[in-house]
Amino acid sequence: MTSRIMNQSSSTNFVNIGERTNVTGSARFKKLILNDDYEAAVEVARQQVENGAQVIDINMDEGLLDAHHAMTTFLKLISAEPDIARVPVMIDSSKWSVIEAGLKCVSGKPIVNSISMKEGEEEFLNHARKCMAYGAAVVVMAFDETGQADTKDRKIEICERAYKLLTDIGFPPEDIIFDPNVFAIATGIDEHRRYGIDFIEATREIKKRCLHVHISGGLSNLSFSFRGNEPVRRAMHSVFLYHAIPAGMDMAIVNAGQLDIYDDIDPELRELCEDVIFDRRDDATDRLITLAEKFRGTDEVAEKAAAEWRGYEVHKRLEHALVKGIDAHIIEDTEEMRLAVKAREGRPIEVIEGPLMDGMNVVGDLFGSGKMFLPQVVKSARVMKKAVAHLFPYIEAEKDEKAKGKGKIIMATVKGDVHDIGKNIVGVVLQCNGFEVIDLGVMVAWTDILKAANENDADIIGLSGLITPSLDEMVTVAEEMERAKMTMPLMIGGATTSKTHTALRIEPAYSGPTIYVLDASRAVGVASQLVSDTQAEGFIAKTREDYEQVRIARAGKTGKKLTSLEEARANAAVVDMNLKAAAPLKPGVHVYEDWDLAELRDYIDWTPFFRAWELAGNYPAILTDKIVGESATDLFRDAQAMLDQIIEEKWLTAKGVAGLWRARREEDDILVSPENAEYNLPMLRQQVVKRGGKPNNCLADFIDTADDWIGGFAVTAGHGIDEHVQRFEMDKDDYNSILLKALADRLAEAFAERMHAHVRQDLWGYAADEKLNNQDLIREKYQGIRPAPGYPACPDHSLKPILFDMLDATNNTGIELTSGFAMTPTAAVSGFYFAHPQAEYFGVARIGEDQVEDYANRRDASIDQARQWLRPNLNE
Amino acid sequence: MTSAREQLQKLAAERILVFDGGYGTAIQNYRLGERDYRGTLDLTDDQKGNNDLLSLTRPDIIEAIHTSYLEAGADIIETNTFSSTEISQADYGCEHLVRDLNVKSAEIARSACDKAEAKDGRPRFVAGSIGPTNKTLSLSPDVNDPGFREIDYDYLKGVYRAQCDALIDGGVDFLLIETIFDTLNAKCAGMAAMEAAEASGRDVPLMISMTLTDLSGRNLSGHTVEAFWHAVRHLKPLTIGLNCSFGADQLRPHLAMLAKEADCLIMAYPNAGLPNDLGEYDEMPQETAELIGDWLKDGLVNIVGGCCGTTPEHIAAIAKAVAGHEPRKIPTVSVHTRLAGLEPFNMAA
Repeated sequence: MTSRIMNQSSSTNFVNIGERTNVTGSARFKKLILNDDYEAAVEVARQQVENGAQVIDINMDEGLLDAHHAMTTFLKLISAEPDIARVPVMIDSSKWSVIEAGLKCVSGKPIVNSISMKEGEEEFLNHARKCMAYGAAVVVMAFDETGQADTKDRKIEICERAYKLLTDIGFPPEDIIFDPNVFAIATGIDEHRRYGIDFIEATREIKKRCLHVHISGGLSNLSFSFRGNEPVRRAMHSVFLYHAIPAGMDMAIVNAGQLDIYDDIDPELRELCEDVIFDRRDDATDRLITLAEKFRGTDEVAEKAAAEWRGYEVHKRLEHALVKGIDAHIIEDTEEMRLAVKAREGRPIEVIEGPLMDGMNVVGDLFGSGKMFLPQVVKSARVMKKAVAHLFPYIEAEKDEKAKGKGKIIMATVKGDVHDIGKNIVGVVLQCNGFEVIDLGVMVAWTDILKAANENDADIIGLSGLITPSLDEMVTVAEEMERAKMTMPLMIGGATTSKTHTALRIEPAYSGPTIYVLDASRAVGVASQLVSDTQAEGFIAKTREDYEQVRIARAGKTGKKLTSLEEARANAAVVDMNLKAAAPLKPGVHVYEDWDLAELRDYIDWTPFFRAWELAGNYPAILTDKIVGESATDLFRDAQAMLDQIIEEKWLTAKGVAGLWRARREEDDILVSPENAEYNLPMLRQQVVKRGGKPNNCLADFIDTADDWIGGFAVTAGHGIDEHVQRFEMDKDDYNSILLKALADRLAEAFAERMHAHVRQDLWGYAADEKLNNQDLIREKYQGIRPAPGYPACPDHSLKPILFDMLDATNNTGIELTSGFAMTPTAAVSGFYFAHPQAEYFGVARIGEDQVEDYANRRDASIDQARQWLRPNLNE
Repeated sequence: MTSAREQLQKLAAERILVFDGGYGTAIQNYRLGERDYRGTLDLTDDQKGNNDLLSLTRPDIIEAIHTSYLEAGADIIETNTFSSTEISQADYGCEHLVRDLNVKSAEIARSACDKAEAKDGRPRFVAGSIGPTNKTLSLSPDVNDPGFREIDYDYLKGVYRAQCDALIDGGVDFLLIETIFDTLNAKCAGMAAMEAAEASGRDVPLMISMTLTDLSGRNLSGHTVEAFWHAVRHLKPLTIGLNCSFGADQLRPHLAMLAKEADCLIMAYPNAGLPNDLGEYDEMPQETAELIGDWLKDGLVNIVGGCCGTTPEHIAAIAKAVAGHEPRKIPTVSVHTRLAGLEPFNMAA
């Protein structure tokens, strides 16, 4: 299950590598290969992939085997199985000749596991060159002429040396995966005590010193001394990963189905595992060995005391659990219900169709009548999901038909975009209302969307996106659906989408029904009408007419009168450069690797947080609001509790960078000069006709033609989030998953606010004496602005790579840009600093063709390219 | 003197370049008989249909076709060597002619280019054509034995190496691995080509062109276009792209993907639509040029030409269509791990 969740995105931060097709790791696989039963061995590979392995490790190193023959035979066989061959393979052998034989059978791009400096540099580089020639990424073991690296320092030293050697021969750094050796701990031997912590610490340091590399390891070694005691081994692996992943471990050879959820591990066992992994006490091993006996053979956690409602009869308990969103007893209650249904010779599906759907109908009614709100509904859905998951095997076993949902909906955040809070909320709400939702995750290419829709015979496709480049991608999906002659309805949603854009750009590209959905609460109504036998036709016709009206109305407006760029420039704001801020006290780039989250908490602007949950109103008044107050208060309390945990247990790391550079303005361009370079930041100017002496604004106006300064920043509070989101999703806990994402977003915004204050008061220092409280900050009562690329004053997202380059932001903060200029982690903010007291926010709005051409010229881009960047601002 | 690589990159930054069109149709139009094919060579098997052999027996015809494409506006032409490998020539009992075929074909193309250059001063380039052969490393020809392979990697690499060595000796500027239906064959050919170039001491860049066998965008070995790109990116090709397959309109979405993801030039040369019931291509030059127009408008390509069914008239129409369009700019792509099975796997670095 871990992996299925991790696997949702084609670009991913933690990769689990299937270990079952490894004769040294799986006794069963070994037996199959030794018996020449390749057919069954291929099935093992298939199961691995089905269970979510993103890469499969293949190892035939066994004394009784002709490893060369076994490797090539097996690789050829699986290449004939599309559902196995779709994932990359890892060719695993200690013999180079076996690896090379494997490379000759593998199309695609595999990983070689492994090479090392064991036999010296020459052989190491020889093998590395061959990996390059065959086109393979490579696992490099931390092993040199003197042996395997066991201490932290040796691990770092060997990996750094290998990195230098490899990059010197042109080996792509991103294709290097270091394995700094996971060794057995808690063996009773003193030298082994630091093996766990040394791996974790070395990982952190190697990631820092060797840019772009990955860190992998085989987990099963760690718990070797507890062979035969699976609960303890699983706990050790989970605890180890829990700490190693944030340190930078991004791959592991692991049986993904056999990991525990960190929070579900018995607290005492968890603590003792941490004791041995971190070598926290002298008697750590003894204590774990003693405790381990208690877990041998046991696998369940003790039941907790029942509250009053536990005395209700089971039907009522299920309803109560659903309405209140309590998942503590849902499995046992569902099971009790299932047995009761079975006793009267009913089928397991009836548990869903009967009591569970009854409970969800209550939730649906409460939500529909505005008595329940999204956060609660999401919690209810979590309970429902768990109940259904429990019943699913029984339903399958009976070969029953599946629960007859209202319809199947494919949902995806389109390629280039990584935002999914809104999409997840819509997905949950739809599920609550009887739809089957197949969520393809984020960054989903149109090919995968169409494929999933076809394979699942979907009734509706729902697309989501938050950033403006996603709008184009949605048009692409619509065009491809048209090309593929699809007819199913297409629902469009997400922060930058709009009815206008849908009507103008998406609907004309697709002849099937295309519907814009404003928010989660409308999604059910729209989807229900689309799948209804009686209402669909009317609804679709009405929408089409509606969109046609939008186009007609818009057609009247096209070519709306704009001033020429020349006139607009002549009407620029009069900015008094005598008032410009003095030179910064601390120019250059400043990196903050771990800003205190506890401090950022005080800078959170809560109003947008409630808006994300579709609760309308301003904080703090919203907490006492007559209608949504109770719901908002509950949500706020959960948010505070989670914030406590985020901070105490350091779930997230806030990294940021701010830079201050010399700048001057040339017409509408801002020329920025960090050391040894000059960057051009072309800005856009308003061209709407202004009255009453109002200027046609452009950000460049706030910079002097000589001797001025500009700043830039990128901050994130999202590092570390994936692991916890995965943990929640593994647990089918959408509520906490969405809550965490929303909080990380808020912390990132808070960080941007805090960083801006730091810049004003300290780094630039033009407002050293400023004293403002959080409300003042939220109301922007300070001097200067921080417009972000992609937002109204500076609407072109494609300036982000330039900003990132100036800040070296990816290296300094770990924030990456997608092809659509979205930032990952998604909880991130970036922008420019303007310090002039007259600098103000504005919206560029529509611009004329003259400015598009001018801009293309200034960006040294084609007009088509510029039009693509500026699409939302074009005057059409 | 600047290398052909630099020269081509420089030109491609200025304008969209033109590749040549199909040879099969052009040769058919000469209505040649067994005697033309065989010439004075002492061969046992029938040779009619062994088009590559014409480079030895009717070099005048091959040069005339090259010249017709150059005059139509082609900047790059390919040698008449699509099937000049030991494997493909075995069908005609001509394995012993492989070296001669490749050297001579390269010389003919070179000479045609030199003449065209002398006439108008525009630089012209020769791409040595390397076909996929009719054997595959990825698939078993025996449905009951999926692990069986007719050939192995080392043998195929030797076959390709012999062809590459001869093409380089004959003076080609680039090695064009084309109509790739089997990704592993292409990786093997790429390795042979890199080794041949290194042995020659010359910089002979690779051009790599995949062909799709189904509309969902996969080749015969099952790779998606993006997975294919991941599988061959280590060869640092000068161009990547698509050829043959379907017509220009079906290729568009797949080209769009490559245009975004590939940090090298994009070359595409589609068929003149799909063949009709008689196996003839009846897409008119103007139609092909119009369909390609969509790619040009969207900035998807750097080099365009034609494959099966296209004629010098098609290429002339394409050359006209590209004028005035901006060439695609090579994007800067992020540094991250690109793995692939049949599907791509991207891993944030």
